[in-house]
Amino acid sequence: MISLVPLVVLIPLVASALALIVGRRPGVQRLLTIGALTAVLVISVILLVVVDGDAPLVMELGGWEVPFGIVLVVDRLSALMLVVSATVLLAVLIFSVGQGLADGDSETPVSIYYPTYLILAAGVFNAFIAGDLFNLYVGFEILLVASYVLITLGGTEQRIRAGTTYIIVSLLSSVLFLASIAMIYGAVGTVNIAQISERMGGIPVDVQIILHVSLLVAFGIKAAVFPLSFWLPDSYPTAPAPVTAVFAGLLTKVGVYAIIRAETLIFPGPELNPALMVLALLTMVIGVLGAVAQADIKRLLSFTLVSHIGYMILGVALGTAAGTSAAIFYIVHHIVVQTTLFLAAGLIERRGGSTSINQLGGLLKAAPLIAVLFFVPALNLGGIPPFSGFLGKLALFQASAEQGTPLAYILMAAGAAVSLLTLYALVRVWNLAFWRPASDVEGYESDLLANVSEAPGATTTQVNRTTPKLMTAATAGMVVVSVALTVFAGPLYAISARAGENLEGPSYYVDVVFPGSNDE
Amino acid sequence: MSASLTLVVIMAVLYSCGIYLMLERSLTRVILGFLMVGNATNLLLMIVAGPAGLAPLVGGGVDAAEMTDPLPQALTLTAIVITFGVSAFLMALLYRSWRLSSEDNLEDDVADVAMRDSPEALPDDAPGVEPRVEAADEPVTSADGTTNGGTR
Repeated sequence: MISLVPLVVLIPLVASALALIVGRRPGVQRLLTIGALTAVLVISVILLVVVDGDAPLVMELGGWEVPFGIVLVVDRLSALMLVVSATVLLAVLIFSVGQGLADGDSETPVSIYYPTYLILAAGVFNAFIAGDLFNLYVGFEILLVASYVLITLGGTEQRIRAGTTYIIVSLLSSVLFLASIAMIYGAVGTVNIAQISERMGGIPVDVQIILHVSLLVAFGIKAAVFPLSFWLPDSYPTAPAPVTAVFAGLLTKVGVYAIIRAETLIFPGPELNPALMVLALLTMVIGVLGAVAQADIKRLLSFTLVSHIGYMILGVALGTAAGTSAAIFYIVHHIVVQTTLFLAAGLIERRGGSTSINQLGGLLKAAPLIAVLFFVPALNLGGIPPFSGFLGKLALFQASAEQGTPLAYILMAAGAAVSLLTLYALVRVWNLAFWRPASDVEGYESDLLANVSEAPGATTTQVNRTTPKLMTAATAGMVVVSVALTVFAGPLYAISARAGENLEGPSYYVDVVFPGSNDE
Repeated sequence: MSASLTLVVIMAVLYSCGIYLMLERSLTRVILGFLMVGNATNLLLMIVAGPAGLAPLVGGGVDAAEMTDPLPQALTLTAIVITFGVSAFLMALLYRSWRLSSEDNLEDDVADVAMRDSPEALPDDAPGVEPRVEAADEPVTSADGTTNGGTR
């Protein structure tokens, strides 16, 4: 079983190299990429079953014992994240294959798209199984460099402009992360997360806080926590639809995952929790206010993405097992739903020729299937019962109420208001793009459209009468997965709860990596 | 742990110059700034390794206390390789950006500009895209009618 652990990184990397070699044969490339990600998905599911039933898996790379070698650790949280990210990556891949086949690959240059996508996957998986802070950094770098290529794909002027912001901000966060690693190494003399966790207690509290803040800033930029979230709505919407979908679903969540690890293992103390709660509040509120003001569906979704990061940070900031479990459940829900919504936005753009609610209309009649594919995840994100968005928020609110501080209650109130505003923004899209007859679009006046701003350089593309079956199928598949999260919310929440319990205090993780450390 | 003052001073200078450059609008300077900040961080890794010592070879009869800490060097090497790759990508990006817009500056987000210029709400049909005024004084890359034939 243990030998399966490195395969989740190795398979995408090797497949990526092979895909580059067969760059002139797109058919082979597509099969190779789909095969590789399917294999990783199967392995991830096996890992989740094994890890959930038994103990976490620890792999010492090259046979070097900890703490001298690099360790890969798969615990419940890692395995769960692996399964969800592999599912999402595979679905988006199928969507982009469908789009590429239909468009003659004008949007996605064949020879580099699939290899880069696989490298991105390898980076995401590597970040999830890293048991070593520097290895986490390397995982971040792998996925970031791949994302630089994907976000500027095609090299059009608009993408280069938006990509430049994204790249420079990401570079800064990487440098900060590396500097934090250097300082942590200077303080405790190791980069192994479990060992850092053991030794951090002996460091003076003021030094701990400096290290903690610098690490949080680095992760906060990645996770798009306010006030470090400004870059996201500016850069994501310009990329091709599948790229935006996978970025929105996964990349920010890798940042949130890193924050969970930092808060539970490296700095388990409660010093910064109130500050994090305030940041969670601001992220939620300011993000959703941005969303309400947008006319462009992709920009609107980018702002809701920022807003909902706040919920996850809230769960982490509570500092209790219940809070962490709720955050983990919410991450799983949000990865799936946000990706689905971006894929649906891709379908809307294709069918309606635009993503601006000022120009769309009559889609319910023209494309009822797309309407369903948008409506279900929209209600889910807005937190309508019985969907998983509601369950996730309920779990978060219960965890806040358990803590019972005034700040926790303020956050609950804000969370409820934010979910209503999210619903408002998404239902407005529904009303205008789907429900409004197409004949009403010209000269339409409504209070709903007052004060909304268009995306910069918004262009209308050609309206396609048909949407490729593969694209619709991939989106439908994701909708089914998101509904399945609701149906199987019980078992899923049980896994999240067990993962959260393991993360209550660092001792469980440390014991796993250093089995004998309790005897000292 | 003792650290070399020279290294600390150099690191501080590199950080401050690098951050100053990264705050510039010109992409070339941002890249130079990134290189400086990256190297400053590499120096930071070297500083936390502590004072230089003997080669860390096991079995050479050397006391472990006298050895140089080898781990930060491995980390630095990895970081240098990553910085190198990213810089190469940035250069390509800069070149592409220059080819497209014939200018080096990172432009304002058009939505922000539109928002700033009109405190009122935007009208429904005006997406706020401003006409590009600098089109008149573009360099002569398109003099021969092609965009690829530039020898500059």
